[in-house]
Amino acid sequence: MAKVSLQGVKKNYGSIRVIHGVDIEIKDGEFIVIVGPSGCGKSTLLRMIAGLEAITEGSIGIGDRVVNDIEPRDRDIAMVFQNYALYPHMSVFENISYGLRIRGMSKADIQKRVDRAADILQLQPYLQRRPRELSGGQRQRVAMGRAIVREPSVFLFDEPLSNLDAKLRVQMRLEIKRLHQQLGVTSIYVTHDQVEAMTLADRLIVMNQGRAEQIGSPAEVYSNPATTYVGGFIGSPPMNFVPCKVEAGQAVLDDGTSLALPERLRGTPAGAYILGIRPENMHVAQPGQGAQFTLAVDVAEELGADTLLHGKIAGTDVVVRLPSTAGFHDNSRPSLVADMAQVHLYDRESGRNIH
Amino acid sequence: MEKRVVFQNRFLPYLLVAPQIAITLVFFFWPASQAVVQSVLREDAFGTTSYFVGLENFQLLFEDEYYANSFKVTALFSTLVAVLGLSISLLLAVTADRLIRGTMVYKTLLIWPYAVAPAVAGALWGFVFLPGPGVFAWLLGQMGVNWNFHLNGNQAMFVIVVAATWKQISYNFLFFLAGLQAIPKSLIEAAAIDGAGPFRRFWTIVFPLLSPTLFFLIVVNVVYAFFETFGVVHSLTRGGPAKSTEILVYKVWYDGFEAQDLGGSAAQSVILMAIVIGLTVVQFRYIERKVHY
Repeated sequence: MAKVSLQGVKKNYGSIRVIHGVDIEIKDGEFIVIVGPSGCGKSTLLRMIAGLEAITEGSIGIGDRVVNDIEPRDRDIAMVFQNYALYPHMSVFENISYGLRIRGMSKADIQKRVDRAADILQLQPYLQRRPRELSGGQRQRVAMGRAIVREPSVFLFDEPLSNLDAKLRVQMRLEIKRLHQQLGVTSIYVTHDQVEAMTLADRLIVMNQGRAEQIGSPAEVYSNPATTYVGGFIGSPPMNFVPCKVEAGQAVLDDGTSLALPERLRGTPAGAYILGIRPENMHVAQPGQGAQFTLAVDVAEELGADTLLHGKIAGTDVVVRLPSTAGFHDNSRPSLVADMAQVHLYDRESGRNIH
Repeated sequence: MEKRVVFQNRFLPYLLVAPQIAITLVFFFWPASQAVVQSVLREDAFGTTSYFVGLENFQLLFEDEYYANSFKVTALFSTLVAVLGLSISLLLAVTADRLIRGTMVYKTLLIWPYAVAPAVAGALWGFVFLPGPGVFAWLLGQMGVNWNFHLNGNQAMFVIVVAATWKQISYNFLFFLAGLQAIPKSLIEAAAIDGAGPFRRFWTIVFPLLSPTLFFLIVVNVVYAFFETFGVVHSLTRGGPAKSTEILVYKVWYDGFEAQDLGGSAAQSVILMAIVIGLTVVQFRYIERKVHY
């Protein structure tokens, strides 16, 4: 087990800059999820940690040494690939033990380690089969088994669940989480799925166009997104963004609606901003409370416990999540109050959170 | 899933395969049957009459030390051509697979030799090795080698092996390159992380995954060396010196058309036919099943 540190890590392909400098200190045993849309550089970053891509600038450390110029095999890492990358001509046992055999481990030790991994992953009945005789979920487990037996200091996962169907994905997600609790190995996990990211991570790295937009715990990233991009990417449905002007401790929307800012935002200099609020932070106005605004519902999506109301506030599309028991549907016009303690103001130009 | 085309017209499918069947009948089955018939006959010296001799042609063949020699020459020749051709083209394909720039030029240049007719390839290498003015012959002369492949049997074998191999490398290269590119890159990366160095990765991952391609090519190369190298031999050595490069197909032609022993030549054809049928059976029955992982 080891800590991993990235310092000013950059990657260029010729003149094209793919990673613009990522800094993070990953603690021993931490589960880090790198999340972002396709093309944001998340896989490249992981492959740089694995040693499969050269580092253009900056340094990557695993344990106490800088690994920039160290071969993948000497980095003491194991990686699970998106397509599993199982060796098709080897049995499950041979696949799992390949790394151990190369390192010249004794037959008895190999047997012991493979047996243990197979027990953890419930692969015992399949050890003599070839990968093509396995289902997607089983192949996924073999890929994990191959990583586990090596007992590396760091696990790297490159979108390991994206080839599985939805149900299996949820199940495997849980298994990965359990496995991490059981083994406690530092893990770095790349995904584009924000639910996977939220549920697995101790800390998240939200990537956008080669930059780490925010690094923080899932709760932190969710409740206090550093940029409008993060607010829009994490959370389903995403955070609502409504243009506003700030004057004398009030946020004034385009239709003149005036909302009193909470204590922490009251000192915000006057100017044009974007108001960010999560769908669940708007509530039905209680009698006597006085509605702050009325939502013209366009479509209501009932999810069971909650209903998502899609409509407009001050000419901007928003989504509001209310309990289904509130009883709103298409074309309703509920009176709402915003939980102003949960709102954030973002700079209109940079999209950065104004604290 | 199996895709099947269902024809509405009952005769259309037969009509569509008719040209191929006609070609096969006229150019393969008919000559083959003629060879079989001819192999049990003997003609008189003027070719006006022939009479049935049973298996005597075959019997004479197996007593003929030149025929045994031709078998040995062919075995050596085809082994050398297959081994050299496959190793060199595999090396070239692995190199091409690693290239990032200039791949197209490299590939195109490597494919050119395949477009050269065997006789022309033979003539080209004939110039290169021509005792005296040939480039290679001159180089060897500088190194003190007494080079004349028209007189030295081993040198003659060397020359036809080089020419035949050179022509076949393109074909092997294409198949190897396609095979290499079909191996997912992540397999190699996974092996690299698992701790395998480049050589280890090649022998434990790449090579086994190429084995279906390799076995296919072995059969194709042996067939090539047996049957398609007539032009090379004819233009370079004419089977000589002293029959040291007389491979089986060359002997068939020589005995039939130069020595005018049609019965013996036909008997040799029949034996060659049996060999090629054997190879094909091996290819389809044994290899297709065994080598798949």
